[in-house]
Amino acid sequence: MPARYVARRVVQALFVLWAAFTVSFVILYMLPGDPVSVLAGSDSGRDITPEQLDALRHEYGLDRPVIIQYLTRLADVVHGEFGRSVQSHQPVQTMIADALPATAQIAGLGLLLAVLFGTGLALAATYVSWGWLRQALLSLPPLGVAIPSFWFGLLLLQVFSFRLGLFPAVGNEGLAGVVLPAVTLALPSAATIAQLLAKSMSTTLREPYIETARAKGAGRPRIHFRHAVRNAALPALTVAGLVVGNLLAGSVVTETVFSRTGLGRLTALAVGTQDIPVVQGLVVFAALVFVLINLAVDLVYPLLDPRIARRSAAVS
Amino acid sequence: MTDLTSVFHPGAEPGAADEPHTTAVAGAPVRGGAREVLTFLARRPGLVAAVGWVALVLPAAFAPGLLTSADPLAASPADKLAAPSALHPLGTDELGRDLYARVVHGAGLSLKATVIAVLVGLLAGSVLGLLAGFLRGWADDVIMRVVDVLLAIPGLLLSLALVTALGFGTVNVAVAVGVASVASCARVMRSEVLRVRHSLYVEAAHAGGARWTRVLVRHVLPNSSGPVLVLAALEFGTSILSVSALSFLGYGAQPPTPEWGSLIASGRDYLAVAWWMTTMPGLTIAATVLAANRISRMLDGEWRHRG
Repeated sequence: MPARYVARRVVQALFVLWAAFTVSFVILYMLPGDPVSVLAGSDSGRDITPEQLDALRHEYGLDRPVIIQYLTRLADVVHGEFGRSVQSHQPVQTMIADALPATAQIAGLGLLLAVLFGTGLALAATYVSWGWLRQALLSLPPLGVAIPSFWFGLLLLQVFSFRLGLFPAVGNEGLAGVVLPAVTLALPSAATIAQLLAKSMSTTLREPYIETARAKGAGRPRIHFRHAVRNAALPALTVAGLVVGNLLAGSVVTETVFSRTGLGRLTALAVGTQDIPVVQGLVVFAALVFVLINLAVDLVYPLLDPRIARRSAAVS
Repeated sequence: MTDLTSVFHPGAEPGAADEPHTTAVAGAPVRGGAREVLTFLARRPGLVAAVGWVALVLPAAFAPGLLTSADPLAASPADKLAAPSALHPLGTDELGRDLYARVVHGAGLSLKATVIAVLVGLLAGSVLGLLAGFLRGWADDVIMRVVDVLLAIPGLLLSLALVTALGFGTVNVAVAVGVASVASCARVMRSEVLRVRHSLYVEAAHAGGARWTRVLVRHVLPNSSGPVLVLAALEFGTSILSVSALSFLGYGAQPPTPEWGSLIASGRDYLAVAWWMTTMPGLTIAATVLAANRISRMLDGEWRHRG
């Protein structure tokens, strides 16, 4: 892989990360007329004296010019410091690190389920020869996209926890507690993967090289599962960053439904108490995950599809 | 960054750029008698159901009195948590309020918030996409970089950050959801403008001495609007989901005002005893999103490619 290709991707990734920080700064610190009153939670009816407001303003550096605030915060973030929570006074990066494992569990299992069900459905739908069954299978992904995931989670709770008593209804304990949240998280991602792969499979099956394989006497299963799948799966890789980003965002709703602690619950609480430093830390963290996954995909892609590296070498 | 929009928004496909599209553009060669329309619909029962559902939900949003005479806020403790029956078709909630009336009245807030979200996303996105595609050069670079960055933050998290800054309430939630969709709308609009820009009639207008503002308003804009309308229908579906997710989390409409997402949230505490309190509003949301997505698919050239 040419070093220039790698260097360009890394610089791009760093740029997106910096810009995501800037966007979150503009939204959270410049958009509200007076961030300090948001920080103090003035709408929650707490009585706060002007002196206390000034002290708070000074503590968070909000009495300095905007550009100075921006640069100090940027310097802190570069050093891994996201500031302290207004509510708990804990460092934001510690709060994120503490909440991460619980979310990684359900997101990891969710990703596995999404990939298994998504690819399984897409391959089955493009393989079967009965028209009605194919139609039935292909109508599942649009359904999966349309169901609100918070309601789907509640439905699972109702059936599997309350009716059948198979899984615990709340909490972080044990393997059984991970299953239902993971299934809830997986639903929209599985539907996305299935839609994408089914489309890519039907395009690939019309390629001339498939015709060649058929002419050489390869059977249908061989053509489908060896020749076509390899090339059809490549475009699906490009949405990996989006899928994982959606798993993170989905955890906000899922962890609320299943009363689990984790990044999602942390986000929901921080937004509810308008804890600006925590919200900013979580937004930048989500962008970091998105950027890292896309960087990994960009670096792995040329190994799987050599045409990409050659093309980009020719361009630059 | 990988091109995400083209994956999810059929209108933005590179392949679609070659053929002249007639989607929802005036003057298209779409002529067909009533007979042809009927056969088209008869072969697509799903589409008929989608249009029927929208025809039912839209009046509910603007004139709920047409569909129910019951008061969504009238509590009657004697019939609390009653299962669906002839008297209360969708059952009652923990205060004995009629759930059907609450779902019908909830459509108003949910759908108006969705309309605001779609308008914000579509207007801001179209202006950005139009400028990027028409001006090219550094303006295009700057706008598209910003769009790439917005796409790097998951939509729901972007909305949540905006809600934190703007404060709670249905209108703020709607604006936040709309802003989160600006990026994808801008991408679709830009790719459309680029396609139209290089068409013969735009070059002819230029050669004929028309000023660029006139070319933009008279030629580029009307011919770029088709895929944007397809996108609008699609965004309508996703915005309903986002708006109701945010109100489910408690940032939107405050009780006792009925709204689809917060109806589900209030049913959450009675999951074991009253399944209808979450299931009925949940089905309503799912059906509305499905209908919007189906209609978006129809607008995306299904009539043109009928056979």
